Amino acid sequence: MLKQFLILSCLAMSTAVLPAADNIKVGEVASLTGKEAAFGQSSHKGTLLAIEELNAAGGALGRQFELLTEDNQSKAGESATAAKKLISRDKVAALLGEVASSRSREMAPIAQNMKIPMISPSSTNPTVTEIGNYIFRVCFIDPFQGTVLAKFALGTLHAKRVAVLTSVSSAYSVGLAKYFKETFAANGGTIAIEQKFSEGDKDFRAQLTAIKAASVDAIFVPGYYTEAALITKQARELDLSIPLFGGDGWEAPQLIEIGGKAVEGVYYSTHYSPENQTPAVVAFVKKFQARWNGEIPDAMAALGYDSALVLADAITRAGGTEGAKLRDMIAATKDFVGVTGKTTIDAQRNASKSAVIITVKDGRFQFVQSVAP
Amino acid sequence: MTEFLQQLLNGLSLGAIYALIALGYTMVYGVLRFINFAHSDVFMVGAFIGYYLGHHVPESTVWGGLLVLTAAMIGCALLGMLIERLVYRPLRSAPTLNVLITAIGVSLLLEYTGQLVFGAAPRTFPPIFPSANFHLGPLTISSNQLLVISVTLILLFALRFIVMRTKIGTAMRAVSLNPRAASLVGINNDFVISFTFALGSAMAAAGGILYALNYPSIDPLMGVMPGLKAFVAAILGGIGNIPGAALGGLLLGTVETFVGGSEWSTYKDAIAFAILIVILLFRPAGLLGKFTVEKV
Repeated sequence: MLKQFLILSCLAMSTAVLPAADNIKVGEVASLTGKEAAFGQSSHKGTLLAIEELNAAGGALGRQFELLTEDNQSKAGESATAAKKLISRDKVAALLGEVASSRSREMAPIAQNMKIPMISPSSTNPTVTEIGNYIFRVCFIDPFQGTVLAKFALGTLHAKRVAVLTSVSSAYSVGLAKYFKETFAANGGTIAIEQKFSEGDKDFRAQLTAIKAASVDAIFVPGYYTEAALITKQARELDLSIPLFGGDGWEAPQLIEIGGKAVEGVYYSTHYSPENQTPAVVAFVKKFQARWNGEIPDAMAALGYDSALVLADAITRAGGTEGAKLRDMIAATKDFVGVTGKTTIDAQRNASKSAVIITVKDGRFQFVQSVAP
Repeated sequence: MTEFLQQLLNGLSLGAIYALIALGYTMVYGVLRFINFAHSDVFMVGAFIGYYLGHHVPESTVWGGLLVLTAAMIGCALLGMLIERLVYRPLRSAPTLNVLITAIGVSLLLEYTGQLVFGAAPRTFPPIFPSANFHLGPLTISSNQLLVISVTLILLFALRFIVMRTKIGTAMRAVSLNPRAASLVGINNDFVISFTFALGSAMAAAGGILYALNYPSIDPLMGVMPGLKAFVAAILGGIGNIPGAALGGLLLGTVETFVGGSEWSTYKDAIAFAILIVILLFRPAGLLGKFTVEKV
């Protein structure tokens, strides 16, 4: 009952346009609450901004867009239920979501079976789009991110011996760790020690003490921001002063909020930087800040925004919302200019985009370098 | 060797928190013979009281930290008494199973009310105590870990003193031994039980604050895992036995840490719980528990 109430109130907050018979319904599954709430909130704000802008410009095919958002509470098992509800009860034309790869993989089989196109804004694990030909994404994938990070560790951090601390219960973490290790080892680096944890763990001192004994140059933590912040904090408490770095899962203001001074000097790779001076990014940051109380959009917000625009563009080209036709049009997306660069959907239904490296300095995120694919 | 000692230190500080929570389980069991599953959520409420008060005292001061700790302990003591008065007292003469299920109900009520009131998104706990790293030769210990171990020791001895040396403690033991006989000799059972809940809940609050200081990301479901482990620790040590609960907590924390730092880290909970099963096979009443035959 309570959960229904929460979902209903989320719906009430997020549905900007009142339901009408001929609206184009777009379903969104996001982690608005729970452990990865920062991702869901950012992504949702970006998506909603895009939908509002599209509607203000007249929608598509003479119809308005209607965004229906479901919260999965960052929990395993909820995304599939949410996707089912959006497709069978609300009859959405397409699905947007999720940020986390594990949860995208829960939704994808449902979308594939019902032949409803699904676009994940920021799930980077390659297996997500392998689920079927209706599943797309508008971000880069982990084999690329792993390569970028491995080269960054060797080239910029000059780390020869690296420890890897993986979350075994997250598809994203396991995948990213694998691709990182492959490239890192192939380029002359040594993985000195590998340690594991599970989602929801809070004590990492045991693993970090073992890592400390292995005397490494840096620690790679492919995981999400809550764990990353706690791990960094506990590493500093154990007097481990070596650099820690991770992937796009680290990007959330909570990283600095939880980690405090401990996260100074950590690095992570992500999809875009709000400091980028291209006209698209400057305009997006301005619009986003005007809509959301001056909040600076992060990569999840930018990808959420782009995912909605890519979908709207495909709907316009398809001239309707029929599943198979819409699928073909999303698959045909080429050089679509968005905030996170040009989106071209390849044969594996992935996008190839450049990555940026970000560091934390004086309690703020700071752009370090950009890496083209 | 350094690594071994460092892991031991990590394990003891983790185990100390389990021990603090386990004390609450064991005390209520000792007096009422039932498991208060809502205990782990009182632990969560303690952390949230600390979160809200922590923003009103100056950061990183000893007196501010102690103030927050005391306030949370008092707040949770009241909450514990309230739960007992409203929920468990009307069921005092009901079968144990009913009380047990009600306890699960209270636990869920607190968790999901927490999600509504505090919000489901994790919050960042403020650093209320000053923090520093200390060095013992090659070993490193943070002030937060040291705080956990010392607060646990102080509370453990205080509790032992209350139970063994004071009048109310004697009454608690009397109620535990035989509630009917206790009331016959003029002990107010309701008051003693209320007091037991207050004491146990205050321990949980202290545990909640110390846990949040060490792992500063708190949410309404944060009590579930530590609560389960503390429950296991209480049984491991012999439920109803106060030193047993502390021993169980420390043992569980240490085992978990040693497995967590080895190559089998994925199995850390599985191995810790397997050890529990093995110990219970050989000592069914727990490490320090006495095996009593139920009289029919």
